[in-house]
Amino acid sequence: MKNKVEQCMAGVLTWVDQRFPLTSNIKAHLTEYYAPKNFNFWYFFGSLAMLVLVLQIVTGIFLTMHYKPDAALAFGSVEYIMRDVSWGWLIRYMHSTGASMFFVVVYLHMFRGLIYGSYRAPRELIWLFGVGIFLVLMGEAFFGYLLPWGQMSYWGAQVIINLFTSIPFIGPDVSEWLRGDYVVSDATLNRFFAFHVIALPLVLLGLVVAHLIALHEVGSNNPDGIEIKAHKDPKTHIPLDGIPFHPYYTVKDIVGVAVFLMVFSAIIFFAPEMSGYFLEADNFIPADPLQTPAHIAPVWYFTPYYSILRAVPPIFNSQFPGVAAMGLSVMIFALLPWLDRSPVKSIRYRGSLYKKWLALFVVSFIVLGYLGTKPSNVWGVFDASTWIVGGADRATIVARIFTLTYFLFFILMPWYTKKDKTKPVPERVTA
Amino acid sequence: MKSQSIINTVKHGFLAAFFLTLPALAVAAGGDVHLDKAPVNLNNHESLQRGSKLFVNYCLNCHSANYMRYNRLVDIGLTEEQIKNNLLFAADKVGETMQVTMPKAEAKAWFGVVPPDLTVEARARTADWLYTYLRGFYRDDSRPTGWNNVAFANVGMPHVLWELQGQQVMKTEEHVAADGTKTESHHLVLDKPGVMTPAEYDVAMADLVNYLVFMAEPAQVQRKKLGVIVLLFLGLLFVVSYYLKKEFWKDVH
Repeated sequence: MKNKVEQCMAGVLTWVDQRFPLTSNIKAHLTEYYAPKNFNFWYFFGSLAMLVLVLQIVTGIFLTMHYKPDAALAFGSVEYIMRDVSWGWLIRYMHSTGASMFFVVVYLHMFRGLIYGSYRAPRELIWLFGVGIFLVLMGEAFFGYLLPWGQMSYWGAQVIINLFTSIPFIGPDVSEWLRGDYVVSDATLNRFFAFHVIALPLVLLGLVVAHLIALHEVGSNNPDGIEIKAHKDPKTHIPLDGIPFHPYYTVKDIVGVAVFLMVFSAIIFFAPEMSGYFLEADNFIPADPLQTPAHIAPVWYFTPYYSILRAVPPIFNSQFPGVAAMGLSVMIFALLPWLDRSPVKSIRYRGSLYKKWLALFVVSFIVLGYLGTKPSNVWGVFDASTWIVGGADRATIVARIFTLTYFLFFILMPWYTKKDKTKPVPERVTA
Repeated sequence: MKSQSIINTVKHGFLAAFFLTLPALAVAAGGDVHLDKAPVNLNNHESLQRGSKLFVNYCLNCHSANYMRYNRLVDIGLTEEQIKNNLLFAADKVGETMQVTMPKAEAKAWFGVVPPDLTVEARARTADWLYTYLRGFYRDDSRPTGWNNVAFANVGMPHVLWELQGQQVMKTEEHVAADGTKTESHHLVLDKPGVMTPAEYDVAMADLVNYLVFMAEPAQVQRKKLGVIVLLFLGLLFVVSYYLKKEFWKDVH
């Protein structure tokens, strides 16, 4: 009996394989994809990002069934989901928490790439696709944030779209084209809904596939920054330090998924607002074009860039330098593969110079992120008699200093990575 | 010509209103109002029921709760029959939402602003703010309504619950420190007592705030209960997956 079932299954598989590369794909991407055996904690976040992406798509589909992209109905339809739709509150909180957790996971994933030099040759394209994913994700989050049509949704969108107005010559036309109106309105809500539920998710999925295809073409980097393909078994041609992704990393990633879901669920079930960082209090007030909230701040994951925007002073009464600096602060990640001239990839074998700059970058990112959530007078002003900075907001001056160090981390990288005293890299991965 | 003069009048009115409110704005911007801690307990159904009664009797005349259905009150231990007999003044069916009949245009004419919908007010303002606000009205003859509020300077809303609380006034005391600097402190004093004692009124407002917190997210009690079960399940999943991983990785050196 058992034999008959097995025979039948094998027959079906052969039939499929003659028409579609099923078995060969499973082999190439799972059972015979050899990943370095020394992955550590930082290597959980790639698969977790995939998990959150799937969660966002699935919960998003269910939200779309009940949400109304109409300025008169949007706010009410979200409350309808929270109250009258069966398990609607859970689906909505999964989606709103998922948005923030997506950035948590992606930032940690990017940091992994930074410390182990995963962007270095031959993985430049993986990195570039990744930067593309990051940019699209930011757009996706921005467009989605308008949909609940609360005060912060409305005024956040108003402020960000107005930034485009400062682009020389074409700015006003561009922002009007984005809004579809002279102010953020029903027309804006409708098009943002279209961008959020179909346009950007399509691009995002395409980029994720490209990211993975490129990764599986060259193989994964590892905490030692060593190419495991350099040492293969002479007979089987399998990397000596590689293990099949499935089952080794699938079972390992399940452990990571369990821990991640515990954190994720703790937020969803016990603190879905995260003290106003994931769901802002002002967004429980319906959008009112005639009343500006006292303090407009973007959601936490945008605040480092928002801080940079505010830190750069206007030149000739134009906000454009700030807007350009903000754009550059995100785009500059794409240049990393060509800025880093160190002979080693991993932080384990780099010298102290690189480590100091990296630490400064992390501190800059966190301080800028914190300041972006606060009004610029949060730390008061310098005494009028203070040298140079007298009368200026303390927080603005601090933000300027850290904006400078943020950019210097990238701009000076070719020099300090070359000058740095590196340690010898072992031939094989360390356990 | 006539319309032009109306516009001018309106403009001047706006400017006058703006400058008159300036001192108050300066006070509001000078420092956050101290908020009293609201004793919220969503498992106290009696408190929630008393709160719902206060809400329907006092708030719902001007403020709507457009996303809250009357029959959701079964979550706080009321039966549909009880809701129908005791709370259903402005609607015909228990499945309806809590609407107000007052037209928006008239509300604006009376109070200067349309009274906001209160469904999710507790999430926008926080329970502590509401608790402070509801107990913070005082007589102020310079205001059109005759009332002002410590948590919300120059609020358009009159003290609807004054019969219960009585009338408070703001007392200002001047203090002279040892070095000669003068500081002022303000505090509320009950000038004319209401139907309730101050302690009774505090309890009533705690009930009302409790209800507002419930109404802002009716699923929250269920949410927290479910959360415990979910976390326990995930804890189990973690243990099982951890040992599964350990078993598989035995042969990796």
